Amino acid sequence: MSRLESLFSAARAAVEDTEFRALRAWKEEQPGRHCVGFFPVYAPQELLWAAGALPVALWGGGDQVEVERADARLQSFICSISRSTLELGMTGRLDFLDGILFSSLCDVARNLSGVWQRNFPGMLCEYLHYPQNPASGGARDYYRGELERLAGRLAAVTGTEVTAERLEHAIGLYERQRALLRSLAAVRTAEPWRLSLEEHAALLRSCGRRDPRAQNAVLEELLALLPARECRRRDGVRVVLEGSFCEQPPMDLLRVLDEAHCFVVDSDLGRGMNWFRRPLARGDDPWDDLVAAYFESAEPSVVRHHDSAERSARLVERARAHRADGVVFCTAKFCEPALYDFVLHKAALEREGIPFLSVEFEEKMASFESIRTQAETFSESILFFAEEKEAVS
Amino acid sequence: MSEPYLHQGAGQRIQKDLLTRWYRQLEEAPGRGEKVAYLFISGNIGELLQAFGMRLVYPEVNALQCGIKKAAGANILAAEDMGYSGDVCGYVKNDIGLMAKGNHMPHGTQLPPPDLLVCNYAGCATYLRWFEALSRYYGAEMVVLDVPYLQGTEGPAPEQVRYVVRQLEELCRVCERVTGRPFDHAGYRRALELSRRSEGLWVEILQSARRRPSPIDAYFEAVFFMAPLYVMRGTPECLGYYEAVHAEVMERVLRGLGPAAAEEVRIVVEGPPPWPHFRAFGELFKRWGAVCVASTYSKVGGVWDFGFRHDPGRPMESMAEYMLGCYTNRNWAMRSRMIRDYVRDYQADALVIHSVKSCRSFSVGQADLREQFIRDFGVPTLFIESDLADPRYFAAAQMKNRIDAFFEALEHRRVTAGA
Ligand code: SF4
Ligand code: SF4
Repeated sequence: MSRLESLFSAARAAVEDTEFRALRAWKEEQPGRHCVGFFPVYAPQELLWAAGALPVALWGGGDQVEVERADARLQSFICSISRSTLELGMTGRLDFLDGILFSSLCDVARNLSGVWQRNFPGMLCEYLHYPQNPASGGARDYYRGELERLAGRLAAVTGTEVTAERLEHAIGLYERQRALLRSLAAVRTAEPWRLSLEEHAALLRSCGRRDPRAQNAVLEELLALLPARECRRRDGVRVVLEGSFCEQPPMDLLRVLDEAHCFVVDSDLGRGMNWFRRPLARGDDPWDDLVAAYFESAEPSVVRHHDSAERSARLVERARAHRADGVVFCTAKFCEPALYDFVLHKAALEREGIPFLSVEFEEKMASFESIRTQAETFSESILFFAEEKEAVS
Repeated sequence: MSEPYLHQGAGQRIQKDLLTRWYRQLEEAPGRGEKVAYLFISGNIGELLQAFGMRLVYPEVNALQCGIKKAAGANILAAEDMGYSGDVCGYVKNDIGLMAKGNHMPHGTQLPPPDLLVCNYAGCATYLRWFEALSRYYGAEMVVLDVPYLQGTEGPAPEQVRYVVRQLEELCRVCERVTGRPFDHAGYRRALELSRRSEGLWVEILQSARRRPSPIDAYFEAVFFMAPLYVMRGTPECLGYYEAVHAEVMERVLRGLGPAAAEEVRIVVEGPPPWPHFRAFGELFKRWGAVCVASTYSKVGGVWDFGFRHDPGRPMESMAEYMLGCYTNRNWAMRSRMIRDYVRDYQADALVIHSVKSCRSFSVGQADLREQFIRDFGVPTLFIESDLADPRYFAAAQMKNRIDAFFEALEHRRVTAGA
């Protein structure tokens, strides 16, 4: 296996290991290490790191986990990630976590925090409210208070106070990571065949599963190796993938898109890892920087209220900027925020004449054949119309 | 023998008149040059908006009315035709479908479009998504009142109250701009005083259910009794309504009357009712002489029975506390404690959880609640599922079987315990 391949497969293993062996080992390597899980979408990872805890992204159970015990706790009309995350907890697989963080992304995640508190009374379980009224003069103060409160609660578990220096340093570490992720995304945008969507997704998700210092080194190495990777240019259509900001589509589904020549050149996959659209403005106070970033630098997302017209406009802008031929809505079954957003986005795309396809997924999906057919038809129809247009002009 | 029992005498009659007038005023608002605000029930700020002379549209109440009048199904289908999924909240779809079909309510009212969308985001994140959509469809301005979820079990934190108060003050500036009228401070405080008094009577009505037999059904009746308090709180009409209902309930107490011919089982109910099948659903409980003595849905617009009142002396702060304390803005530890208190204080025999697919805000966590009540608290608990808006989710035969089996088992348990 080449070095590149082994880096990819290690990333994938880090993401798919539902026993979290590597993280358990990491914790045991040095006394005093802590891990705090966070439920998607966004979490201020730098704050967790500054408080002495490794932020662990909870991506659900993928196709590895059978929801049995959690089935009695969460109804069947709730998204898979919530059910399988609870299952991971109830089967002891998250017992290495020193805490868990939920937030205000949707009512499912919000209420899950309460279910968690009751079922795991020994674990720190925090809930973070992200301000939903950015126009209010009180929103920033409130958010800063939330971050400080969280830091205090974490410190009680880890014994590490978040100082300005520690936070400053942690922001630097995660800024570096986000910059590397942007470079990685740029590879995919420029030459989608150089980095498969599965590989890209595994790298993205593995960011929440490793010591950020080690992960940054991995990303750097990968970025150095990728340009020399032997690969063949492939033809296909370029698409933006939207709607997978929280629960992540199965890897098989992502592979099917590549195979169907639907090349995803921009996406909201694992949005929390790519929460900011630009490098953070840095000032004298790292707390303020983190607060300002939430209001000024975050990508529009349906889990954070702001002008919804701007959200659709941004999707159109992303499609244009990435020279995309269309948009693929890839929505987790029962994910209400994504399902609401779809209707508004759909209207905007229709107005702009941008074709789109909509597919739904679940963690334990058995067959991807119908999605393959839809994706193939979608890309063929785009190619066909493009040829027709060329012939006419 | 006592006189035949009048199911919702004064309560029903006056409420109907009040709502009819309410809807008529809405219809006439544009012609009179009155501004119209849309807002949500949970944590609503009716008194404040009325202090700017605004007329208020509550899309949830419209959805409820469409549900009970059996018009929701068609509205929901219209929204699904626009691209809304079968898996999202039926109230939202009802509203958007209604709008797409011209905004005619089943009783004929033509709803006015919004001049301002006031998204009082208290307890339900779908509220944000709902008004984001309406702001696109109507091209109307949307303001959010961001009400953070409660932490711990002690109620709102001072910084949460401060944040909400600040937003209320900011909203006043917006309302001044939209209506061209200054904020009527004195009128607002007067309204809060009326609210405070209505709330006191409401609590006495609810707490009358501690008696045996209970004079009211705290679910099947209370969900109607609650309407004026949620829709037109802070008006003299609202206060008049609660005086009348209070008098009626006290008379029932004197006569020893209750909603059931004989009160066989006392239940606490958690969750909204299936509006499109409201009567049929109620019958399934009536057959067993089951009377609801306390419910959470009747608190969906506000929780007053643990002492909170709007306070004209603290007009903005008490409004903020009210919003923060809304039932679905309480975390599960608080909700569970509240229900447990109800079971104890109202001497209930069982808990019934009606889980509705539409409303994740209400329902996610209810299955865990069932586990807790059965295993930790030893309270017999029935868990049933359907929907509050979408008629397609009501499986009548299955529902009946579940309910019958539960009450049979409960009866059996009582007989053997008594033997
Ligand atoms: S997948 Fe959607 S519904 Fe489920 S927790 Fe995430 S955002 Fe909420
Ligand atoms: S989710 Fe529940 S509270 Fe929210 S709009 Fe729908 S029915 Fe109302």
